[in-house]
Amino acid sequence: MNELAEIISKNEDRIRAEWIRDMSKSVQRADLMGKAELDEQCRALLGAIVQGLKTNGPADVTTTGWNTARELLQDISASRARQGFSSVEVATFVLWLKQPMFASIREELGKNQDKLLDTIWTATELLDRLALLTTEAFLAAREELISRQQQELLELSTPVVKLWDGILALPIIGTLDSARTQVVMENLLQTVVATNSKFAIIDITGVPTVDTLVAQHLLKTITAARLMGAECIISGIRPQIAQTIVHLGINLEDVVTKANLSDAFALALLRSGRTVTRLSSAKVRPISNFLTKREE
Amino acid sequence: MERIPVLRMGTLLLITIQVDMHDKLAMQLQDDVTQRISEWGSTGVLIDISSLEIVDSFIGRMLANIAAMSRVLGAETVVVGMQPAVAITLVELGMSLPGVRTALSVEAGMELLFGAAALNFGSGDERTEA
Repeated sequence: MNELAEIISKNEDRIRAEWIRDMSKSVQRADLMGKAELDEQCRALLGAIVQGLKTNGPADVTTTGWNTARELLQDISASRARQGFSSVEVATFVLWLKQPMFASIREELGKNQDKLLDTIWTATELLDRLALLTTEAFLAAREELISRQQQELLELSTPVVKLWDGILALPIIGTLDSARTQVVMENLLQTVVATNSKFAIIDITGVPTVDTLVAQHLLKTITAARLMGAECIISGIRPQIAQTIVHLGINLEDVVTKANLSDAFALALLRSGRTVTRLSSAKVRPISNFLTKREE
Repeated sequence: MERIPVLRMGTLLLITIQVDMHDKLAMQLQDDVTQRISEWGSTGVLIDISSLEIVDSFIGRMLANIAAMSRVLGAETVVVGMQPAVAITLVELGMSLPGVRTALSVEAGMELLFGAAALNFGSGDERTEA
């Protein structure tokens, strides 16, 4: 069906101009992408469609002749997924090509009714396939983004911080479920081994609610740390959470608990035979002094 | 027959478990430990399990048993060097080994048993004093 290719390449400029004009009435998002970029994408895509039609015909867009068009569409939808377009907007980008293309076809083949219908049908099928391809690529890009963010969230949410030689802190933010407890536990225990730490402070200031399940997860972590020879202190228990713990009858009697992280840190320092003292005022210098040279 | 060595360090017994434990080996170890404590009058038992990678409820129970037996004979048991994976497994099995003391390393375990002085190695003298 090389007539379609000829018609498109003959009327390319006009089709493109009408395409962009129609699109700008509805879906063009000036806030998300510039006119020049859109113009460039349209030009490249039309060229690729003509090339695909000439080499492999319109029947199958998975053949090698359509490689350029497919890659182009994938790039476009992936970049649009990142820019924040909706899936409808991305799909209609291709579908808006129909009207200008049909107009050109009618102009060229207007006298021959049968041929006109055949060509229009071919063009419709082709553009629908390309639109589906675009939507699929758009979804794939979104899925990839989501799974990457999930992974990042899981890693970000459980840092183990070294407060002092032999004292670790584990600030937990967000609700503890089984999967997260496992990650938290492994992270903590591995860091205990790596840093040879005797004390670990689990700070639950960022945990919104503590129910029996969360408490059980916490106790598991503490028991595992104890088995390895590290002692755990729970800190950051907010007043409401203290009330909930008592109302639920959760037994935290074997665990050392403190209201805030600094109290827990002071206790850990004391247990490891250290104290914090205030220097005389003559020795106190502003922190900026430490930026250039570090003494002591 | 395969046997886990029980080493004497002053008033201390040092046991390093480096092979996969099975029933016979564990029973033998229990025999050996109780025998040595009464024979040498040891006051502390250090069990180093840092090279133990696989653990089951049987080994967990064995550790608890040895600790309980030693306590009856007047010696304190410290399990040292447990791997993270082993600790997680024991917790998941519901074995928190309540009667057993733990430490990160053999050094920390000795410190726990004798205080920092033990690291200067006066253990032999202590024994003659007693």
